[in-house]
Amino acid sequence: MHARTASTSRLPITSDSDLAWVRQHVRQAAAEVGFNLVQQTKLVTATSELARNTLVHGGGGHMEATVLREGVTRGIRLSFIDGGPGIADPELAMTDGYSTGGGLGMGLSGAKRLVAEFTLESRPGQGTTVTVTDWVSGVPSPRTGAP
Amino acid sequence: MTGFSAARPAPVPVLTLGDILLVTLQGDLHDGAAEQLQHDITHRIAAGPGPVGGVVIDVSGVDIVDSFLGRVLAEIAANARLLAARTVLAGLRPAVAITLVELGLTLPGLVTALNVDDALARLGRTPSAAPPSHPEEGA
Amino acid sequence: MQVAEHDTASEAAKELGAFLERRREQIAQRWADATLFRTVFTISRDEAVEACKAVVDALADVARSGRLEDVAAPGFDTVRDQLGRMAGSRAQAGFDPAHIDGEVVGLREPVAALLRAEFAEAADPDAHGPTLALAVLMGTLRLVVMNTTVHAGQELISRQRRQMLEVATPVISLWQGIVAVPLIGTLDSARSQVVMETLLDAIVDQRAAHVILDITGVPTVDSLVAQHLMKTAAAARLMGAECIISGIRPAIAQTIVQLGIDLGSILTRATLADALAHALGRQDIAVPPRPVAVGASPR
Repeated sequence: MHARTASTSRLPITSDSDLAWVRQHVRQAAAEVGFNLVQQTKLVTATSELARNTLVHGGGGHMEATVLREGVTRGIRLSFIDGGPGIADPELAMTDGYSTGGGLGMGLSGAKRLVAEFTLESRPGQGTTVTVTDWVSGVPSPRTGAP
Repeated sequence: MTGFSAARPAPVPVLTLGDILLVTLQGDLHDGAAEQLQHDITHRIAAGPGPVGGVVIDVSGVDIVDSFLGRVLAEIAANARLLAARTVLAGLRPAVAITLVELGLTLPGLVTALNVDDALARLGRTPSAAPPSHPEEGA
Repeated sequence: MQVAEHDTASEAAKELGAFLERRREQIAQRWADATLFRTVFTISRDEAVEACKAVVDALADVARSGRLEDVAAPGFDTVRDQLGRMAGSRAQAGFDPAHIDGEVVGLREPVAALLRAEFAEAADPDAHGPTLALAVLMGTLRLVVMNTTVHAGQELISRQRRQMLEVATPVISLWQGIVAVPLIGTLDSARSQVVMETLLDAIVDQRAAHVILDITGVPTVDSLVAQHLMKTAAAARLMGAECIISGIRPAIAQTIVQLGIDLGSILTRATLADALAHALGRQDIAVPPRPVAVGASPR
């Protein structure tokens, strides 16, 4: 990554209400960077999936949000970091319908489909880090503001 | 619009319109509040006070639906169906609909409507000008 | 020796720079009659001469700096815009990059002739030094022009693309609660996304229970586009509307089958009229059957 980075903010993910706070933070950052409504919604939804993953499977952790600038393009990078048991088989965990937490098993695989870039690093016993990046698209939205 | 409420989420009120339960969701719903709602609705259909023929969930004020809330909504509909009540999801926003589809959640078990009026029409409960269409067919 | 060679080269470059400066007026006068300048600067010959002088100055500057082969040499900065406009105007006149390149190549000979004449007068045995430097410098100018041409082309394409995306998705209200989005032309991923958002917004704005996506004017459908169509239909259903896809031409239907895509969950109709009739029927509005086509046997 040769993107120039601005400030990074760090938010804890340790409870149900932290999830709402993290979503709120990402929504605001995405709007400021210039994401259209659909892009905002996709990124916030991916955030919700990944933050819940950190909370439920990682036993809590934190999120780091960084605003990126590369040339004229702007973007956001989000890292979800936990020190939990890790994922033994990341490939299996990325499969649609695979679930250990009682959800629909769409968390990781679904979140990947909502963002431009997605990486998962995990070692059993040493925790998991999921990093996603999304860029402001050059495509105009029929409607950019909130409804 | 996305007013972040304090740490303890307020429970979602369940209104009664004849034999229809009307639930209006707003903004960002906490996981706990969603689970509480699922419990409340199922309890209400099963235990009364009155008989329940249908449930309308108005989501026109909801910013995001993730797989957790999606599961809760699908389970509310499934539970209601077991208790002979139909559930209609009303007013899902375009951006939320697109995101759900990309996420891989098409919620096939849910009947959907444009808005609350349309939802009541689909349940055959209103003297709306438009006659009820056939929600189960097609789609 | 390496150092000596280097010295000779930079000496030649400096000499070339001085020559260009000295002969600025003459070179500009000759270039002003070249096709490249004459057809772009049409208001007056003086205007063309001024433009030529700017390019000569830039070349002289680059030569003095000794960066004969460097397309990023600061000397070019003053004329980059001008060269871009010139190449752009030639491209708009219908000439391809190779032709424009040929016109730039044509600028060398008038200068080379002047150079030869000057050194012949002085009977200078080292004349090949500056001549070689001129060849290198003019080659670099060609690259600079090419770069600006390509860049201007890319900018034009992306601007037109944005404009096309904005205008190419009309929403037509056919009846109360029924809207149609007729698509014409090729669908790519970006356009499909805009179509999806436009159509879903129309559901809200027009309280449309039925949306018809007419693809009669779409020449081909690949698996990505078919997937987008299915996603659009699924999203419309989540919002409480029914999406009907009309105008799937036989060739496209065949492609879809060959790609192994299952459109089974999507409501389709042969024509926009059939789709409208279906939607009206859903609203319990009686639609008389369409006249039977000539030759078909009545039932």
